[in-house]
Amino acid sequence: MNRPANKIVIVGAGECGARAAFALREKGYEGDITLIGAEPHLPYERPPLSKEGLAGQLDPKYVADAERYEAAGIQVLTDAAVQAIDRGAKTVRISDGRDLSYNRLLLATGASPRPFPGHSPTSSLVRVLRTHAEAAAIRLKLAPGKLLAIIGGGFIGLELASTARKFGAEVVLLEGLPRVLSRGVPEEIAAVVAERHRLEGVDIRCNARIADIEERGEKVEIDLDDGGILIADLVVVGIGAIPNTALAEAAGLAIDNGIAVDETLCTSDPDIFAAGDCCSFPLGHYDGRRIRLEAWRNAQDQGTLAAANLLGAAETIASVPWFWSDQYDLTLQIAGLADGAVLTVQRDLGDGAFILFHLDASGRLISASGIGTGNAIARDIRLAEMLIAAGKRPDPQALGSTDIKLKALLAA
Amino acid sequence: MSGNWIEVCAADEIDEEDVIRFDHDGRTFAVYRSPDDEYFATDGLCTHEHIHLADGLVMDDIIECPKHNGRFNYKTGQANGAPVCVNLKTYPVKVEAGSVFIALV
Ligand SMILES: Cc1cc2nc3c(=O)[nH]c(=O)nc-3n(C[C@H](O)[C@H](O)[C@H](O)COP(=O)(O)OP(=O)(O)OC[C@H]3O[C@@H](n4cnc5c(N)ncnc54)[C@H](O)[C@@H]3O)c2cc1C
Ligand code: FES
Repeated sequence: MNRPANKIVIVGAGECGARAAFALREKGYEGDITLIGAEPHLPYERPPLSKEGLAGQLDPKYVADAERYEAAGIQVLTDAAVQAIDRGAKTVRISDGRDLSYNRLLLATGASPRPFPGHSPTSSLVRVLRTHAEAAAIRLKLAPGKLLAIIGGGFIGLELASTARKFGAEVVLLEGLPRVLSRGVPEEIAAVVAERHRLEGVDIRCNARIADIEERGEKVEIDLDDGGILIADLVVVGIGAIPNTALAEAAGLAIDNGIAVDETLCTSDPDIFAAGDCCSFPLGHYDGRRIRLEAWRNAQDQGTLAAANLLGAAETIASVPWFWSDQYDLTLQIAGLADGAVLTVQRDLGDGAFILFHLDASGRLISASGIGTGNAIARDIRLAEMLIAAGKRPDPQALGSTDIKLKALLAA
Repeated sequence: MSGNWIEVCAADEIDEEDVIRFDHDGRTFAVYRSPDDEYFATDGLCTHEHIHLADGLVMDDIIECPKHNGRFNYKTGQANGAPVCVNLKTYPVKVEAGSVFIALV
């Protein structure tokens, strides 16, 4: 690093880019900030898109309104895609043809839905869900008498299924694996989710093999390997996301399942940082394992951390992965990573709500996942997250007993 | 003036460094007991998505929303950063004869 930061450009106006921009001001930075986003909107929250936000709201839920950017002196360019980074000249090329110079650059380009193999992601009948525009288009098709076929039993597919049922649409969800939520969610919790969907009338088909998807006029035909045929009014593909790394890759930055950053979010160029869904990073709490998260709070935490480090703080990633999902009146929350667990302890919180704690061979708490109605599990998951961050080895029996408050274990 | 004192609960019904929900006359409040054994009250719903704060975690003088971990200082109502940016309204509280009262304004 040479001169102190005075011209900061942020590529990607999502949760992470917006948070970084405000955090720069909160940390006292007085130089230029330009936040560049390819979408037509100011930064908005994506989680509502598959939940209550799909319920026909005209505007997305903005991270902040235009006045707040103005008051903070943050220049936001919308409908503007960055097409190239010239690291030698320290400029970015914008889609309107302009070159903008930077002396520190933050890449917060997020991720894009993985398209169904062999299908254009822009078909109007076979869609993905990542943006407000896509949510609005999906919403138009959800009505009684319409059949929505969802491919993929991950969080977005399941949340969309629950929202679609509220609109009275019929829903078939096709999952290729033996159960839904097989990535990162314990089987017991996935079973509660699947059972609730069945009660609500969602037809979940696991081990489904899709032979072909064909658009026929206003309908889509899905042929299954077992000979089954579905005629849907809309297909939404929710089979994961791919980090948006093309820009970084073309600029010669290191890529490793995302834009590769170190524990300070710095890329292989000392003046360029990356944060949020687009980057992979070493996670200190888990032996420096390199991971990439697609999670809302991570986008905020890393946006804030990136802001500090763009200004030269050299702080390291300290937060524990945390994720939530809402389906019907159920909320699921997960803190930490369960890989490497040898012991699981269940804590029952009444009314069917429960938390599973995972401990590693040394007795360290590494993950907690819970499910329940409303916010029944929230407080204990939050405390579990703090136990994980503190590297605690709590007595498993105490974790399982509601007579013992988790707060007490934290102090111990 | 805080003329209208409403009884919430017995003082020992709220643990130290904890919070309870209190509903009154169609409104909902969160009533806190700090680690220093002082009592406070705020509006009951988070200003981000109208979630009951009483399901959240109290740490020192912070209440953390159970839904997305938005943070407020419950003594002042101040929103402490993303995703919350609108402050909470606070209410006067007193403890008398072992009971907690809040003043509705
Ligand atoms: C439907 C849905 C529901 C979700 N629900 C939850 C949930 O319940 N809980 C949870 O924890 N997480 C959830 N998430 C995940 C969460 O929304 C993401 O983790 C978060 O949005 C990541 O923020 P980001 O800023 O890193 O990326 P993004 O939000 O993807 O923002 C990146 C932005 O950069 C723009 N961009 C990319 N390349 C360029 C370029 N070259 N030039 C200009 N702009 C560019 C993109 O257009 C995009 O607007 C959900 C996501 C979706 C899609
Ligand atoms: S509802 Fe409280 S932080 Fe979102």
